[in-house]
Amino acid sequence: MFGNFDWDVIRRSLPYLFRDGMTFTVTLTVLAMSGGLMLGTILAMMRLSSVAILSRLAGAYVNLMRSVPLLLVIFWFYFLVPYIGGYLFHQLYLLNPNGIGKVLVDAFGYQVEAGRPIQVGAFASSLITFTIFEAAYYCEIMRAGIQSISRGQMYAGYALGLNYWQTMGRIVLPQAFRNMIPVLLTQTIILFQDTSLVYVLSITDFLGAASKIAQRDGRLVEMYLFAAFVYFVISFSGSLLVKRLQVKLAVIR
Amino acid sequence: MSYNWNWTIFWDLSPTGGGTYLHTLLVGLFWTLTTALCAWVIALVLGSIIGVVRTTPVRWAVRLGNGYVELFRNIPLLVQMFLWFFVFPEFVPQNVGMWIKTMPPPWGSFVPAVLCLGFFTAARVAEQVRAGVGSLPRGQQLAGTALGLTLPQTYRYVLLPMAFRIIMPPLTSEFMNIIKNSSVALTIGLVELTAAARAMSEYSFQVFEAFTAATILYLLTNAVVVFGMRWIERRVSVPGFMGVAVKAAAH
Repeated sequence: MFGNFDWDVIRRSLPYLFRDGMTFTVTLTVLAMSGGLMLGTILAMMRLSSVAILSRLAGAYVNLMRSVPLLLVIFWFYFLVPYIGGYLFHQLYLLNPNGIGKVLVDAFGYQVEAGRPIQVGAFASSLITFTIFEAAYYCEIMRAGIQSISRGQMYAGYALGLNYWQTMGRIVLPQAFRNMIPVLLTQTIILFQDTSLVYVLSITDFLGAASKIAQRDGRLVEMYLFAAFVYFVISFSGSLLVKRLQVKLAVIR
Repeated sequence: MSYNWNWTIFWDLSPTGGGTYLHTLLVGLFWTLTTALCAWVIALVLGSIIGVVRTTPVRWAVRLGNGYVELFRNIPLLVQMFLWFFVFPEFVPQNVGMWIKTMPPPWGSFVPAVLCLGFFTAARVAEQVRAGVGSLPRGQQLAGTALGLTLPQTYRYVLLPMAFRIIMPPLTSEFMNIIKNSSVALTIGLVELTAAARAMSEYSFQVFEAFTAATILYLLTNAVVVFGMRWIERRVSVPGFMGVAVKAAAH
């Protein structure tokens, strides 16, 4: 049954798969995680804020992102980001045509002046998409994390004369992060797997690279099995590490 | 912004034939829901079996169940989709493989998509079922044994009826996940809602109208699922037993 397969194709394409593909996947994962975590934390603070409009806005954002498929969001931003970018650059240009406006025109040519959609690379586009999409999920995690800290700590901070940002930044958020590290990492493993969806934009991430080789050499079976194996090994070891970390953190608490 | 909005585009005829763009999108929605529902049947049945097996005292079965869950949770859905579509037909007897590969559209991509989503979601349902059974007090199983019930009977009449009620909310979100995840089937050629919106944007150049419509359709579907599941939850809740009943009374 295995007679017709050519497993050597994997060895031959290893450099391409890992140097081009996996580098993209890992970079995208790490950057989207950092961005998503920051945006998500801000969203979580908004959601828990006593200002009704802020918490409504954040709630609507999270619900919207969580009820549409990631693929649709990827398509949305692939087309939307150039327009938003063009609009923002145009506004910046109008704001200060000689200073920053001139820099922008030098860098992007006529596009800025006309307010036309700008060229956004595949990497930037997918990074923005994943940051914005994952922020909704990180927000829910951080919200749970902040809520796991007793309210008394907030009051204690205020009693000491700290303001909101100081209390959040120095007392609540560090503890919330620590309590939520296992969940945040689990979400990051999911993000790592989800980045494979950039395949639909014909980007050379790990799966994209595997798929290109597979189609070029007609070795679909070998390449897709190998891709599955690599994703499995990385995600599974990641989740084992998270489990061990969970035990450790639970002891400290 | 230099984008020409045209919201009447939905009533224009699609060049693919078969009606307006709106019709294209609705057909897409139909395939999204059909795929999700068929896959949900597999996920619920298989997931329940695996989840239950993982709570039994049978060691090797627990290990097998754990292995299944880890395998399906740690491979991206898209890769699993490719495995079912490209790889699976190569590993079955040749005439079966040929039959799978030559299925007419949309069945050629519909069947692998359903299998993929079903087996993928089964792993997640299994996690929920195991957690649900695990959250019941130990005394319930002991009480079942004390009444003279066999292990299968204890599960059937004591543990599972309560466990499934407890895990209704997470099962609801798994069901919504399966609807969203069905969009991944567009990579193997199934024209579900996202793919229909993509096709519409390519033919009409009205990208944002197409995606807005798809987004709204997904939001509506979600709302229907949430309300439907809440209704079922309330219908099956056992009075005075759990949060569900309390919440229903508070309304």
